Amino acid sequence: MSALPAPLVELRAVSKRFERTLDLAERATRLLRPAAPAPAVHALDRVDLTVREGEVVGLVGESGCGKSTLGRIVARALSPSAGERLWKGRPYADFDSGRDRRERLAVQMIFQDPFASLNPRMRIVDIVGEAPAVHGLVRRRERDEYVAGVLQRVGLDPATMRRFPHQFSGGQRSRIGIARALAVEPRFLVCDEAVASLDVSIQAQVLNLFARLREELRLTYLFISHDLGVIRHLSDRVVVMYLGRVVESARAADLFAAPNHPYTRALVDELPRMDLRRRNFVPIRGEIPSPLAPPSGCHFHPRCPHAFERCRHEAPALREVGEGHVSACHLNER
Amino acid sequence: MSAPLLEVEGLRMHFFTKAGVVKAVDDASFSLERGRILGLVGESGSGKSMTGYSILGLVDPPGRIVGGHIRFEGRDLVGLSNAQWRGLRGNRIAMIFQDPMMTLNPVLRIDTQMIEAVRAHHAVSRAEARDRSREALAKVGIAAPDERLRAYPHHLSGGMRQRVAIAIALLNRPALVIADEPTTALDVTIQGQILYEMQKLCRESATALIWITHDLSVIAGLADDVCVMYAGRIVESGSVDEVLDRPLHPYTRGLLESVPGRNAPGRPLPQIPGMAPSPLQSLDGCPFRPRCGRATEACRTQPPLQSFGTRRVRCAHPLA
Amino acid sequence: MNEATRDLVAAAAEAAATGTTAPVGVQSPWRRILADFAESRLALVGLALLVAIALAALTAPWISPQNPYDLSQLDVLDSKLAPGEASMNGTVHWLGTDDQGRDMLSAILYGLRISLGVGVSSVVCALALGLVLGLAAAYFGGWVDAVVMRVVDLQLSFPSILIALILLAVLGQGVGKIVVALVTVQWAYYARTVRSSALVERQKEYIEAAEVLALSRARIVLRHLLPNCLPPLIVVATVQVAHAIALEATLSFLGLGLPITEPSLGLLIANGFQYLLSGKYWISFYPGVALMLTIIAINLVADQLRDVLNPRLSR
Repeated sequence: MSALPAPLVELRAVSKRFERTLDLAERATRLLRPAAPAPAVHALDRVDLTVREGEVVGLVGESGCGKSTLGRIVARALSPSAGERLWKGRPYADFDSGRDRRERLAVQMIFQDPFASLNPRMRIVDIVGEAPAVHGLVRRRERDEYVAGVLQRVGLDPATMRRFPHQFSGGQRSRIGIARALAVEPRFLVCDEAVASLDVSIQAQVLNLFARLREELRLTYLFISHDLGVIRHLSDRVVVMYLGRVVESARAADLFAAPNHPYTRALVDELPRMDLRRRNFVPIRGEIPSPLAPPSGCHFHPRCPHAFERCRHEAPALREVGEGHVSACHLNER
Repeated sequence: MSAPLLEVEGLRMHFFTKAGVVKAVDDASFSLERGRILGLVGESGSGKSMTGYSILGLVDPPGRIVGGHIRFEGRDLVGLSNAQWRGLRGNRIAMIFQDPMMTLNPVLRIDTQMIEAVRAHHAVSRAEARDRSREALAKVGIAAPDERLRAYPHHLSGGMRQRVAIAIALLNRPALVIADEPTTALDVTIQGQILYEMQKLCRESATALIWITHDLSVIAGLADDVCVMYAGRIVESGSVDEVLDRPLHPYTRGLLESVPGRNAPGRPLPQIPGMAPSPLQSLDGCPFRPRCGRATEACRTQPPLQSFGTRRVRCAHPLA
Repeated sequence: MNEATRDLVAAAAEAAATGTTAPVGVQSPWRRILADFAESRLALVGLALLVAIALAALTAPWISPQNPYDLSQLDVLDSKLAPGEASMNGTVHWLGTDDQGRDMLSAILYGLRISLGVGVSSVVCALALGLVLGLAAAYFGGWVDAVVMRVVDLQLSFPSILIALILLAVLGQGVGKIVVALVTVQWAYYARTVRSSALVERQKEYIEAAEVLALSRARIVLRHLLPNCLPPLIVVATVQVAHAIALEATLSFLGLGLPITEPSLGLLIANGFQYLLSGKYWISFYPGVALMLTIIAINLVADQLRDVLNPRLSR
């Protein structure tokens, strides 16, 4: 039996709090008279995540669950307030300087809004070619040729290299974003809602592109989405988040066949299905709470149809409920 | 048999921009009976939202309705005066937008806005209007409606705001509601709640509903009939069961097949090659021709509208 | 609804350039701006006027009938001639002469030189200074932001004339010193404008993408942030040129700023003030008209630029 591939990215007990930084005047008044702590958004609460080489991990959840924040922490666009981040077993900080600097480029990110993620005043050749040139991956003379190669790989016509982002359609801009990430030869891609703003027919094209690139370049993905259908199509493993915590994690097939956590079950019920006609929607009640004031105990208890006393006071821990399948619910212990 | 509530015949709506003429809606025809739910499905640029706006006369220059009729309760809505529209909008026909902040004024309280909407069409006292508003909020599933009435829109979450927008649309018991992608920007569990409310309300009050969306699965669960739009034209229409189970137009089939849920995980998704045509290009014949696997020379001319009972398809080579 | 219409129209216009059909020429964002600018006839008139004035000012030494600074050319017997009258040696003074015998037309042309020169150079320097400080405040945040913004607040709470007066009283007279005073008064507007622009742009995902690509901070600020913060700055700068010219004229009118031997338009107006009521209006009037035309032309151009560069306006 072959061993599991080595983990590429590991997050251990990562938490992230967003606090409004106080300016000088406010800090001064606080010295004179201490006040209540400033309101903080608890985006992430002691999250563990492991992504092994070659796998696609789907990260799913609704607004306020912290999946985008988690993706940004993995991609180094944000730093955690607490906890560790490891790349190939070593802390991220190890790669800040020295010979290993290039490893910093190994994790890249694809963003949601194809327009806002491209500099509107830069030509495509510069957008894609800037980083490889700056980091010495390609010589200045060869830059244009290199960029042409990357553009072809993502299905764009290299003749359009000198155009600006506003001259392309949404699907093409998505591809430009992917090309920019690929140009620095990454090993790991964080895709933050990368297909969310695309039409269904373009979405299919881009999803197929992701699958093809995974094969050709042996990439590892952390695929973040709120769309369970897309997650199911692409992922090997799925991690479900709710209000800053991981509530369930399993292999994709297991999760959709037998969802354990009540929230996962509600999400799976909402999976887009073409065959249910004039269905009676039986929704889960209640609003998603604000991350500024998360409920006590299990974050999901106000909306959970099976909540009982313990759920109000104690946050459930992730427990194994099957092979490679963990879930955080007190119901599993009864 | 009574006349349908809404009859749209040959609707053409064009934008006259400095870059050229954009044929946003190009010969759209459909009808809607009282109490039925019609889904208007298409991707961006298909003209589905513009069709909705045209019905309500919300098209501003440089856009203009250049042809066709929109008959609502027997009246032609094309060419109505502002005063006539004021009597209809919010009263007999209402609209729900994708962004609830297009309905809600951010500087006014919810009760102010709702009372205003009631009193614009009915001569009732403020107290009576407030009662109706409270009822409407409770009907859309808002708990503690009195508290919400006193709130400002920014105090409410996105899902809550959309619910208030729906309540405002239904306040005066309209005969027809047009909903333009109201749940697209909302979370999936909230979308489920809102679809539940809409379904319940339409059934209880026999309100006709046009639901504009790009999400076929929502239509599958909600609608009775469906029209599929592409490049400003309706390429296929019929009952939901017929169109989704046995699509006749290659575009409809392509759309259905590219949804990830329909396919085995891991396998490449069948994709429609290419992109939708630019709205400025005026095309001879079928707009889907460059992307269609079944296109022939015959498709260079305007494809004929073929009818099979209640089903209609605009294709020279329908699948069947 | 307007927004939806606008989105569709914008999408159509953009879509016209996309597609896999024949390749379209590159449409630089700046070229688009120029094309949009040319749509308003009024703005084109303003631009033409401004160009004419600038040309006149630049070529003043060659086209003016007389050098008003050359005291040896002046004859006090020629003073206060009405417009159109001829002087002792036969030259016609189309706009008359002032109390020292200076030809008004020449004086105005040279005065325009000074006004435009001072206006433009002070704006350019203030822009550079405000840009650097505003960008730094926005990108680095924290105490840098706090310090810069408090200085800006302080600066903007004083009337600009007051600050300029005090500075000039200390520094003395001269073109360079006026420019210093004007820069001191103006940089705060630019800093504040750039900062708010930069704060918005900094949240955008293309900046995040640049950070994930491990580009240096300097590169991100100069190559990514700066070009996208320019449009509102351009608008402020064009309006401020007019403001600077007006301020300089005011200062010269009050007697500070430029020496009598190098009159700017303001000084000319001041000189002629005493004669206004005794019928020799032209000594103040024509410099005043020249000043007004310059400022109108600049404002016309600035107005259209602001509309063109505002992404929210549907055109």
